[in-house]
Amino acid sequence: MAYNLPDKRGKFGEFGGKFVPETLMAALTELEEGYLQVKNSQDFKEEFENLLRTYVGRPTPLQYAKRFSEYLGGNIKVYLKREDLNHTGAHKINNALGQALLAKRMGKKRIIAETGAGQHGVATATACAFLGLECVVYMGEEDVRRQALNVFRMELLGAKVEVVKSGSRTLKDAVNEAIRDWVTNVRTTHYIIGSVVGPHPYPMIVRDFQSVIGLEAKRQILEETGELPDVIVACVGGGSNAMGIFYPFIEDKGVELVGVEAGGYGIETGKHAATLCAGRVGVFHGAKSYLLQNEDGQITPTHSVSAGLDYPGVGPEHSYLKTIDRAKYYAVSDEEALRAFQILSRTEGIIPALESSHAVAWVIKNAEKLKGKTVLINLSGRGDKDVSQVRDILEENRNLRIW
Amino acid sequence: MERIRKTFKKLTEKGEKPLIVYATACDPNCRESLDYFKLILEYADMVEVGMPFSDPLADGPTIQRAHERALSSGANTCRVLELVSSLRESCPEKPIILMGYYNPIFVYGEDRFIKDSKEVGADGFIVPDLPPEEGESFSLKAKEMGLSPVFLAAPTSTDERLVKIGQLSGEFIYYVSLTGITGEREELAYREIEREVSRVKAITGKPTVVGFGISKGEHIRKMYNTPDGFVVGSAVVRRIEERDRGGLKELLSSLKEATKPL
Repeated sequence: MAYNLPDKRGKFGEFGGKFVPETLMAALTELEEGYLQVKNSQDFKEEFENLLRTYVGRPTPLQYAKRFSEYLGGNIKVYLKREDLNHTGAHKINNALGQALLAKRMGKKRIIAETGAGQHGVATATACAFLGLECVVYMGEEDVRRQALNVFRMELLGAKVEVVKSGSRTLKDAVNEAIRDWVTNVRTTHYIIGSVVGPHPYPMIVRDFQSVIGLEAKRQILEETGELPDVIVACVGGGSNAMGIFYPFIEDKGVELVGVEAGGYGIETGKHAATLCAGRVGVFHGAKSYLLQNEDGQITPTHSVSAGLDYPGVGPEHSYLKTIDRAKYYAVSDEEALRAFQILSRTEGIIPALESSHAVAWVIKNAEKLKGKTVLINLSGRGDKDVSQVRDILEENRNLRIW
Repeated sequence: MERIRKTFKKLTEKGEKPLIVYATACDPNCRESLDYFKLILEYADMVEVGMPFSDPLADGPTIQRAHERALSSGANTCRVLELVSSLRESCPEKPIILMGYYNPIFVYGEDRFIKDSKEVGADGFIVPDLPPEEGESFSLKAKEMGLSPVFLAAPTSTDERLVKIGQLSGEFIYYVSLTGITGEREELAYREIEREVSRVKAITGKPTVVGFGISKGEHIRKMYNTPDGFVVGSAVVRRIEERDRGGLKELLSSLKEATKPL
């Protein structure tokens, strides 16, 4: 049977839905109607595709990672989908631009967004500058401190950065604050959520805009090798880059789909962000999905070296793919990700984002099992933003350096 | 449900309207909270007991801080229910409504939560992040047990949605006075609120109370005629935060005065 989700109620099996205050319900309906209209409009499609080509720099290359493959041994062939080469340095721009175009067509002139590390904030600020829209980005105080440069970058692009001082002062609180803004300004404002999370129709819209990654990769790898890959690997925080590359392959049953979560200091320490590996089903930020929470249903603090994965929830479609066993989810630790960050830099001359380094790390860790296979890694972003943080960590912990 | 119906009836006969007061359970801590609720019920006709949650996204800073205080003092669903039980013992007549975000209820288990709430003497529920689309089975189960689910109506609710909200709600509807989060406001859009409350009442055929932003007696006076009750939260929670029992009494007394006819 063809995969055709979410259903009319915005559900992926039992997951997803619309768990938001009544004030927002009409806006979600309006958004869904607006989206379905443009989705089938040739005119929108052309405008979006043209911008992806001329402004974002798509299609991004599919690169055979020769020296990295040799490093792994065992006749493994690794291909990298180079989302790091997008304008603004990550896959986030695909969705930010798509939603900003949609908002403009719906007559919303004010855009809000949340950001953790700042990548989605920068992508949204970029799209808004390009399209002449007002932009406000919510960012936790803790992340503002960790990612000062991205704050300036957003301001340079004309966005207003609102520092969030509630709760844990990180990504989840930035989402809370963005939702509070949206409830207040719902008539004039569109909320560009940065991942495949939130109430319906967001998980569907973000997935669709990101699925350009998988569509291109499929065409490219078929051209290159004549066959589909054996395994596709992507990191999962909220899960937008993973959904983007998985989605066009869901019905290709022979292709293994692997999502890699942030294991932080190790699952057993409780200091991680591995929602699908170690969480339980709950309802948060508008959707039913796996969730890191205590026995009383309170959301628990998370940890990851990578700010972009540091989130207690995950997209409902991932929860569904896990439940039906179509995709598998694993976690790798901060240290494994930091090692992969260095290895890819040295074997391919590509400094990957710490988020994407988790996917690379899983492949390194499982090289034995992957013998003889073709592996496609979604290299979701570049690591320029992480260089100074990694330098500090490697200065303090010289044993983590591979040289 | 019975207690809610009787309260509306009794007050209507007197020409008064119910004053409904919200406070967060276990605020400022689990030990002192009960006394504040008892004090509230000396003045209020109905009370909303807020269930603490780590991410109260429909609430403004005042109530957010109350949730944080409650959680750091060890609040959880069991303790909230214990509080309701003690409150019920000291006040047999007045309705107690549990107000909480959905995840702790989901994790506790809908059926178990409704059953235990009934046992401790609660009369109804407000779950702000459970709209009709997701709340149908919760509503049916609550009604079966004789409890009153209260769904929110908002300025952005279409007529079509109001029909559904009316069907799923128990004894009354809660109209959210503004697009926004909870918190004290200087002024409210009184005429617009009265117009909207009339619309909600006409479509649902149910008593409709109004909340969000109401923080002083004159707010109630300025839109006295149309709503069937008034909810006050942040203004009360602020007094609890300041541990200002005198100020709280004064506020409650002036609010209750405002719900009586001139």
